[in-house]
Amino acid sequence: MATFKYILALCSFIFALGSISASAASLEDTIASLVKANTKQKIQAVTVISASGHKRAADVLTAFVGSKLYYKKAGKKVVIIKKAGSTYILFDPLTAKELGQLPKSKLKKIRVNNRIRRVIRGVLGSLTLLSKNPAQRLKAAEAVFKSAAASSVPTLKKALERETDQKVKAKMQMALAATELKTSKEQAVRLSAIEILTEYSVPEVRALLGSVIAIEKDEQVKAAAAKSLSDIEASLAFWNGIGNIFQGISLGSVLLLAAVGLAITFGVMGVINMAHGELVMLGAYTTFVVQELFRTYFPEAFGFSIAVAIPAAFVVAGAFGVAIERGIIRYLYGRPLETLLATWGLSLILQQFVRSIFGPTNQAVGNPEWMSGAIEITGGLVLTYNRIWIIVFSLLVLGLLMMFLKKTAFGLQMRAVTQNRSMASSMGIKTGYVDALTFGLGSGVAGIAGVALSQIDNVSPNLGQAYIIDSFMVVVFGGVGNLWGTLVGAFSLGIANKFLEPFAGTVLAKILVLVVIILFIQKRPRGLFALKGRAVEN
Amino acid sequence: MTNKLRTLASASVIALSTMFAGAVQAADTIKVGVLHSLSGTMAISETTLKDTMLMLVEEQNKKGGLLGKKLEAVVVDPASNWPLFAEKAKELLQKHKVDVVFGNWTSVSRKSVLPVFEELNGMLFYPVQYEGEESSRNVFYTGAAPNQQAIPAVEYLMSEDGGAAKRWVLLGTDYVYPRTTNKILRAFLKAKGVKESDIMENYTPFGHSDWQTIVSQVKKFASAGKKTAVVSTINGDANVPFYKELGNQGIKAEDIPVVAFSVGEEELAGLDTKPLVGHLTAWNYFMSIETPENSAFIKKWHAFIKDKKRVTNDPMEAHYIGFNMWAQAVKQAGTTSVDAVRQAMYGQKFKNLTGGVAVMNTNHHLSKPVVIGEIQEDGQMETVWRTEGVVKGDAWSDFIPESAKLTADWTYPWVCGNCEKPKHLN
Repeated sequence: MATFKYILALCSFIFALGSISASAASLEDTIASLVKANTKQKIQAVTVISASGHKRAADVLTAFVGSKLYYKKAGKKVVIIKKAGSTYILFDPLTAKELGQLPKSKLKKIRVNNRIRRVIRGVLGSLTLLSKNPAQRLKAAEAVFKSAAASSVPTLKKALERETDQKVKAKMQMALAATELKTSKEQAVRLSAIEILTEYSVPEVRALLGSVIAIEKDEQVKAAAAKSLSDIEASLAFWNGIGNIFQGISLGSVLLLAAVGLAITFGVMGVINMAHGELVMLGAYTTFVVQELFRTYFPEAFGFSIAVAIPAAFVVAGAFGVAIERGIIRYLYGRPLETLLATWGLSLILQQFVRSIFGPTNQAVGNPEWMSGAIEITGGLVLTYNRIWIIVFSLLVLGLLMMFLKKTAFGLQMRAVTQNRSMASSMGIKTGYVDALTFGLGSGVAGIAGVALSQIDNVSPNLGQAYIIDSFMVVVFGGVGNLWGTLVGAFSLGIANKFLEPFAGTVLAKILVLVVIILFIQKRPRGLFALKGRAVEN
Repeated sequence: MTNKLRTLASASVIALSTMFAGAVQAADTIKVGVLHSLSGTMAISETTLKDTMLMLVEEQNKKGGLLGKKLEAVVVDPASNWPLFAEKAKELLQKHKVDVVFGNWTSVSRKSVLPVFEELNGMLFYPVQYEGEESSRNVFYTGAAPNQQAIPAVEYLMSEDGGAAKRWVLLGTDYVYPRTTNKILRAFLKAKGVKESDIMENYTPFGHSDWQTIVSQVKKFASAGKKTAVVSTINGDANVPFYKELGNQGIKAEDIPVVAFSVGEEELAGLDTKPLVGHLTAWNYFMSIETPENSAFIKKWHAFIKDKKRVTNDPMEAHYIGFNMWAQAVKQAGTTSVDAVRQAMYGQKFKNLTGGVAVMNTNHHLSKPVVIGEIQEDGQMETVWRTEGVVKGDAWSDFIPESAKLTADWTYPWVCGNCEKPKHLN
């Protein structure tokens, strides 16, 4: 049995060898050989396809790397597929002619792994360097930089001459310098390549120089590379610091969103609402439901789903909030322990309620196109779009809330009731009505926070639990009853956390922050921005 | 007439055997305990396993039950609360007098019920991959031990096909499973000549959601000029934000592959997997593996749960194998008595859903194949590598010096879970 296997392996090896040595033989055979090839043979086939100069070569390789290259189980014909539900539309790889349709079960994928993907991206890079689309040329230059194959130098030089886009040109120069440093035999060329590379302080160049230093024999080149490396590292360290601040602000904005609703219910009304996290969770589930509706009815307008989800989440969570206040909390005013226990029980009920309806598993909430990916400020600093939007969004929510409290009649009534209930009541304000709406407002804002959190965290029944403690921490630290305090508290906790994390580790950083807060509260029991005046003393 | 005689005969045989086993039972059903959290943090993973058990019991009953009796599933909810696990286990064994228990997910919950099962001589089937370094007479471990998951995965990443990684980041959630697994991996990597400075270890709390710093640290660590790979023992909910951050920061699998041990089809269900194509997972089972057994299992699951979108995963297969082996052992022993069934379990064989045959060894661990898969666009895994045959699960790791000396073997002359010498020498 074993010998039979060996003979079989030998046969396929000879077969593969044959197909490669006869590169003049038709491209069709090479593509057909992919059906049975192992990783090594697939890589050889990729080289053959890319060297063939066939006009469809790039398309075939793109299909291959994108897992779109299949073969028919019957007849082993290799095809490129396009998905149309559970059936696939088939195209001939070399002529791009449509070959009809087949169900998924009649086809088998030609597998790629990371090693093959790397090779294909490299050769695709040199094939698409002269593409008309600048975005594609940029990608191609990046791919060539990674593969740094000597064979791509002539194409790179040609592409550089033609290039008009500055950004692409810079990337191409970087790729050329990298390739020359790695493959050239002349010392002068390599030294000048290092000089060019020094101008690019990005992690990729750092990695390249590091690997060159590790194996370099030429002392002069080694010294130049080491000097250039230390320059790049200094610049990267600077950008790393900026990145840390950004991450701190981003964490702060998440804390702010989670806490701002609580700043109203706990901070302004004084209700210890342990179910606050669950209201956030309800907001996230509302986002999920809205997105599902969009997916079924208006799939093309998916990017707007978030815009619809925000008011929807506000209404849903707000309605729950009003119901909670009217149903439970109004009977418990002035009894903080009972409120705490009742709302904690309520949080468990809400969790199980959602678990029964939607199931215990995570729900898929998609990021709209404009919220995925990242923007590269310099090579050393990458800011992700979803984080940027959440920072903007959190500030917007806080701003609107402050306006509402300071500039509207209802805001005025709210402040009046919380400052002196009996006086407000005797002025004709319906305090019960104001209480309900205030709690509803805080809950609604929590719901909005849920929309934002659904973009970065799990949408599961446990979503809220993760934020409840942090929220209370922010509100207490910032000063109860003060929205500015919540803002400053959230951002300073976020930044402190992010600066501690790289040194202390995530777990210890959290503990340290908590200890500092406890000490701080000992010193200033009313938090950063304490409210002053007679009302507070009572 | 003959029929009546036969039933009479078999009934008396059963009556006799149960009497001999010393477990006289009033009930005329065989009780199967299901100890999985249906609420709290772990409900996300464990509810599915409860449903799997209900399906398996229902199926066995359709086949006529066992020993002429119907099976009855007794479901309790330990609510992701570790001490409550011990209480509920006691309730199952003492109040409900179940014959066998299938349950637990986290290692900490298993450690919590262990004394209960040992004291009351119960039988537990534990279906999840775990850190090893344990062998109890009362537990059968149907999930993977580290040498059936972590070690093969790291070997694959070291190979040329896996990217020939030279530098390693070990990320994990801060509890016993990741810490022990990483201890074993560290020892293994050192044995393979990896330097201390080329290993980065990092732990995060349960449910950690802000991965910005750690992902940037990984990026920085990877830019030191050597091929880097990430080994993730991040558990549960924290995975989704972790993978989202990876995708957003543009870490491609070709540059820094991440291999995960706790991410299955279920965890990926809440995620857009397009940016993650090519990242790896190591298990003993993937839903995408095409065998007649697997497609039959998936079909049954979809019919039972009445939802065609639900996925199947590795711990489900572990329960499937464990339950069927137990049923075979009960038939062989002719009784549900724990001591008799335990003896019948050794050498028990059952077909894997992924091909090949699983065998129960005398160290209470299974021999199973190891498969490494790539995450695909549709949230499924596709096999990129698998072991030739089956790998025998080791209770004690060969790479930790103090464990390498220990042997787990519950048959004569050893009869011991952690001994250097057999207990019965002569």
